[in-house]
Amino acid sequence: MIEIDIHKRLLSTTGNFNLKVSCTINKGELVSIFGSSGAGKTTILRLIAGLTQQDSGSISVNKTTWFDSTNKINLNPQKRKVGFVFQDYTLFPNMTVKENLEFALNKGQSKDVINELIQTIELTDLQDRKPETLSGGQKQRVALARALVQKPSILLLDEPLSALDGEMRIKLQDYILKVHKKYSLTTFLVSHDISEVFKLSDHVIKLENGSILKQGTPEELFLDKKTTGKYKTIGTILSIQPSDVINIVSILSNNNIIQVIATNEEASNLSEGDKVMITSKAFNPIIQKI
Amino acid sequence: MLDWSPIILTLQLALSTTVILLVISIPLAYWTANTKSRIKPIIEAIVSLPLVLPPTVLGFYLLIAFSPESGIGSFLNDVFGLKLAFSFSGLVIGSIIYSLPFMVQPLQAGFASLPSSLSEASFVLGKSKYQTITKVLIPNIKKSILTGIVLTFAHTVGEFGVVLMIGGNIPNQTKVVSIAIYDEVESLNYSTAHVYSGILLAVTFAILLLVYINNNRSNKFSR
Repeated sequence: MIEIDIHKRLLSTTGNFNLKVSCTINKGELVSIFGSSGAGKTTILRLIAGLTQQDSGSISVNKTTWFDSTNKINLNPQKRKVGFVFQDYTLFPNMTVKENLEFALNKGQSKDVINELIQTIELTDLQDRKPETLSGGQKQRVALARALVQKPSILLLDEPLSALDGEMRIKLQDYILKVHKKYSLTTFLVSHDISEVFKLSDHVIKLENGSILKQGTPEELFLDKKTTGKYKTIGTILSIQPSDVINIVSILSNNNIIQVIATNEEASNLSEGDKVMITSKAFNPIIQKI
Repeated sequence: MLDWSPIILTLQLALSTTVILLVISIPLAYWTANTKSRIKPIIEAIVSLPLVLPPTVLGFYLLIAFSPESGIGSFLNDVFGLKLAFSFSGLVIGSIIYSLPFMVQPLQAGFASLPSSLSEASFVLGKSKYQTITKVLIPNIKKSILTGIVLTFAHTVGEFGVVLMIGGNIPNQTKVVSIAIYDEVESLNYSTAHVYSGILLAVTFAILLLVYINNNRSNKFSR
């Protein structure tokens, strides 16, 4: 159980605002922090990691207090057992991939974990390369592996996929889900991509101007009603083409283009570029705006 | 026959100054690059002072401080048996102060050029400040360190005013090449002055040439 009660005054380009967030997260959940840029998403991760200091409040993780302003407790980043994947990867340029992972080892920790991670995240071919020779997706995988070396209980991911293109994104989402389950982590993911949040998270915190606007499961947050589809996927509308009395809606989802038929009434709600959810009950797919 | 001792003395002075300054400057430069302290501008101003102050002013104050009649001078003499005025150790200390900005400024720029997330990533991995500086930051500012070393070395070789003020002109102790040249010209020994000057010119040019060759090569790599 992770209990967070954060209060910090933030300076931003659009003026000052207060970041005021309190929530309780169950162990093993994948939590997305969702919101537009400048809402304070990254700051929450930095406060959990101890890289930025909050004005007041408390953070406790599995009954250990990491920060408590009333009792003046403030563990430094070294003592908070978190894995942090930064938005710009921050691999150490002077070390190879393997050396980056080895640097992360605790004193006296066995090197077995490194080989295991290299296997899990498929870095075998990259292990002797320097970060500057890697692509964005490869760097991100190394950063993910490095964050897991010390077997943290909490994994913090700061927009890990925002710089990657479609296919790479999906692959990395799968890696994140894989390690999240394999190492029974509690993961915080900062994102402003609905489809990513939908695919990955158990719990979503929607942030606006520093406070929680809404929180709950992705379905609760992004869909008006609970749907009971047998199959569902998220996508973006590429085009809506009228054809006789109906419309053919082309939707890009996980790199596949799906064509779905919609009535004029249904199509009037939709426009190109909308994020939608496609649910299929038996054999009629339904498109729903999210 | 040419007297080589001024040249050897100069190289000894430049080498010891560079080594000691490197050790002092790394923590100092790290601090100035990262601190938000209010006294930072004061420290920066003190470090940069030798850039603008006439060497004779610095040398004069040091001479006063080192003299056995002064508080500092008599303290050093009584407690450590150190006689700094007109001695080689005095020259080293003078050179360290005089060349301080030439080492600190490139290092500070190097530290400041690294993204702060690099140290943060290391801290989150449980590494101390010391481990972060030695294993992550220093290996990534090698170029700045080389620049600092070369500038300090070359600057110390070319020193004149400070050395003359606190060291005088004692053969084998404080008579470095720049002083020797001045001395030879004063005594109208132009041929010896020519040889010393030529050696100094060649050595400093060679050092700078090596640095620029190295800089261009590493630039090509990073592209």
